[in-house]
Amino acid sequence: MKVLNGVCMNLRKGQRIGIIGESGSGKTTLLKSILRILPPNGKIVSGKIVYDGKDITNFSEKELSRIRRREIGIIFQDPMAALNPVFKVRDQLYDILRYKLMEEGVKPTSQMLGEYSLELLSDVRLPDPERVLNSYPFQLSGGMRQRVMIAMALVSANKLLLADEPTTNLDVTIQDQILKLIHRLVVEKNLSTILVSHALGMVNRMTDEVYVLYAGDIAEHAPTSEIMKNPLHPYTQLLISSTPRLSSVGVGEGIRGKLPDYREPPQGCRFAPRCPYAMDKCFTVKPRVIRQNNDHHVACHLYE
Amino acid sequence: MRSAMSRVVGNYYIRKLAVSIVTLFGISLLIFTLARVLPGDPARLALGPRAPEEVVEQYRRALRLNEPLYVQYYYWLIDVLQGRLGISLVTFRDVMVDIAEFLPATVELVIFTLFIDFVGAFALGVLAGRKPNSLVDNTIRVFTYIAIAIPSFVWAIILQLVIANWLDLLPAYGRLSIGMSVPRITGLITIDSLLSGNFLAFADAVRHLIIPSVSLALGSIAQEARILRANLIENIGKDYILNMHSHGVPSTIIFFKYALKPSTIPTLTIMALDTASILGNAFLVELIFNWPGLSRYGVIAMLRKDLNAIVGVVLVIGLAYTVASIVIDMIVSYLNPRARQSR
Amino acid sequence: MAGGTVSGEAFEGLERSVRRENWRRIWYRFKRSRLSVVGLSMVVGLLFAAIFADFVAPYPHHAGLYIGFRDAYKPPSLEHLLGTDMYGRDVLSRVIFGFRYAFLLIAIVLSLVVPTGVILGLVAGYYRGTWVETVIIRLSDIFISLPPLVLALSIASILEPNIYNAMLAVSLMWWPWYVRLSHSMTVSLRNEPFVLAAELQGARTIHILLRELLPIELGTILTKLTLDAGWVILIGAAISFVGLGAQPPTPDLGTMVSEYSKYLPDFWWMTLGPASGIVLMILAFNLLGDGIRDVFAGE
Repeated sequence: MKVLNGVCMNLRKGQRIGIIGESGSGKTTLLKSILRILPPNGKIVSGKIVYDGKDITNFSEKELSRIRRREIGIIFQDPMAALNPVFKVRDQLYDILRYKLMEEGVKPTSQMLGEYSLELLSDVRLPDPERVLNSYPFQLSGGMRQRVMIAMALVSANKLLLADEPTTNLDVTIQDQILKLIHRLVVEKNLSTILVSHALGMVNRMTDEVYVLYAGDIAEHAPTSEIMKNPLHPYTQLLISSTPRLSSVGVGEGIRGKLPDYREPPQGCRFAPRCPYAMDKCFTVKPRVIRQNNDHHVACHLYE
Repeated sequence: MRSAMSRVVGNYYIRKLAVSIVTLFGISLLIFTLARVLPGDPARLALGPRAPEEVVEQYRRALRLNEPLYVQYYYWLIDVLQGRLGISLVTFRDVMVDIAEFLPATVELVIFTLFIDFVGAFALGVLAGRKPNSLVDNTIRVFTYIAIAIPSFVWAIILQLVIANWLDLLPAYGRLSIGMSVPRITGLITIDSLLSGNFLAFADAVRHLIIPSVSLALGSIAQEARILRANLIENIGKDYILNMHSHGVPSTIIFFKYALKPSTIPTLTIMALDTASILGNAFLVELIFNWPGLSRYGVIAMLRKDLNAIVGVVLVIGLAYTVASIVIDMIVSYLNPRARQSR
Repeated sequence: MAGGTVSGEAFEGLERSVRRENWRRIWYRFKRSRLSVVGLSMVVGLLFAAIFADFVAPYPHHAGLYIGFRDAYKPPSLEHLLGTDMYGRDVLSRVIFGFRYAFLLIAIVLSLVVPTGVILGLVAGYYRGTWVETVIIRLSDIFISLPPLVLALSIASILEPNIYNAMLAVSLMWWPWYVRLSHSMTVSLRNEPFVLAAELQGARTIHILLRELLPIELGTILTKLTLDAGWVILIGAAISFVGLGAQPPTPDLGTMVSEYSKYLPDFWWMTLGPASGIVLMILAFNLLGDGIRDVFAGE
């Protein structure tokens, strides 16, 4: 099953990019590949991941742990699933802290761990951090759990933050708060960010550049403001129009059809079956990424 | 908050214990009723076909067999509550005395078995789950599958034959070799020998324990190892493990702490059921190894239709099983905070 | 779904073909699991041997009482694949007849226990919250609170030792588990819309229990039944081994293990015969049961 197909992305230090796409388009797999935490049956077949000038594609676990502990952090989509239900928050947070400190050459004492944890939890604006530390995940609300996740990510994310749909599983009322929290932390620590989401509003607010991912291919890639104003790829256009907005009248229509079967990927453009502008060529020849304007790239036969 | 929680916890277990005791009385009523209601004359069965009729009639009157069922039960209940379980037909002693004499041997056997069961199941389960589909894993899987199909008494016979008789590595019968003796303090030879400083006897006692315990434990080990393995493999794929991995926590810690703990919980639940099997199979295994325990006493009582003894043994085993279930339940809820919540 | 009505007979025909299709699907999925096919063939093979024991066994007359001291105590050979016992009887033939008794045990116990247990469980679950449920559940709880083998042994001990009483003991020990199972399933289905709909339509309780609830529970029950078959054999063998079941010279597998084990360690092959027979049967049913569980797990 080939999920990601010739995805090519570039991230400069301090830059924040967003990846948009629907569920199953390979966004999470992309993030997992960066940190090399794919499941045992997933692997990187070709291509490489260059981080901080180094090719980490074939790094050993030992070399990778350094990066995982001190440089790159990830926020998962479902905080309930990402926290071990039979351990208190304290145990999990302490362990994460412990290995980061050890990586820095510091010998972690329980006092140190305690202080750092409380500090982290207050950074994410959790009231009563002591109680949270002592709790089990199921005793916390969804918003609190996600804040814990963010706190954990902060331990490791000192250069790059990966966020996989950080607010999708939360209550609508809380989504905004969490979003603001992430934004603030990213700015404070000057983190490069890769934000994965299908919520265009969030991507709009938090990112400089956007990649649109469809079924493992990059459909379009442009600075955020540009892509929102002027989406070129039919998929992007449909995505944007189907997002309900205060200003629009009526409800947007969803996109008909579904993702292709990754076991037998179609030739040609993977979006062709669902594309309202599909031509014959689209079904047989795969569109390459071409540069439309200065920074706007798109992979679609319409623009060739 | 602490005291409130312990009050709630206490309440739950006290209630459970109370329900269990009521259930035990239900069991006793059951056995009692079955004994009186099912075909066959208990007095005649006990005394044998050659006993003269007057003696049998006397015995019948002593057992109150001619009176209505509820009367019988009433007197019996009073006796039991006062610790009077009647006289055994086999030993001609008070059944309570018999139980006191033979119980420790079974306790020792069962505890040793549970210990081996726990250790074995964890060792095998972890070995298999650590590297799925490896040679080690596949060997363990095949072995456990077959081991489950072999009843304890068959294991007992096989192990006794191969290890004790053919290879002469361990003794085949009894608790101690001839010539060794240990003062009876608790009745558990292993403990008593340590208490009296007789380390040779301790080693000897342990050697005698090994084959019977392993025979009893193997079926359970196999079952629990499979479940532990399955749980480990399933839990390793979960997001919370991924989370730890993404923060660079070493994989050994992840496996042995974060994957193992949630996997242990369903396995322990199975252990409760397996304890029941062990208690039941002890009847046969004690017979095979001539182990002078309560279960062997029970079997002999059953063969000789010694009703008082049978009832006594059943009550004791029922009580033991109930206690064991509650203990395991407590351990599980200690490990699983969500279960604690609902208590 | 198109509008309009479907005629009564057409609907029944549709129902019937849907059901047939279900069974076909189930069989197809069953065939795909290699283990379950092996299990099924083993069980069928053993059953065949059991039913036609008179023809399959090389020395059928050795099954019961037979004395031929000249051939006694012989180790396994071409004429006697499992050797002979202390009376000169061919062990293999006796084991084959032993399968017959084992299947008989399973058939009788499960056909007694499953219907009664399941129906009681359905009733208990349907009348949730009433005294009916309490009585049934409390009663089965009492049986469950003793270790199964202990319960079976003690029941068998009160009766005369023979094979039919052993079956009775095993049955009495087993039925509460099916009560429990169908009770818990019924409880979870009790307030589903289709049940309430049937009640509103005025369907009789029996109809609801048997026609609406039971078919859904059937898969799980069938799985448990097959997995249990192995345990039934085990407990039956244990009862006979202790001496409370079938008595010699009946060629019951457990009884034979007990008889022949007296001659250990010298004539060890005699015990090997019936012991392997027991293990073989349990293994066969375990394989079959796992296969059936996999089939129904996806339903």
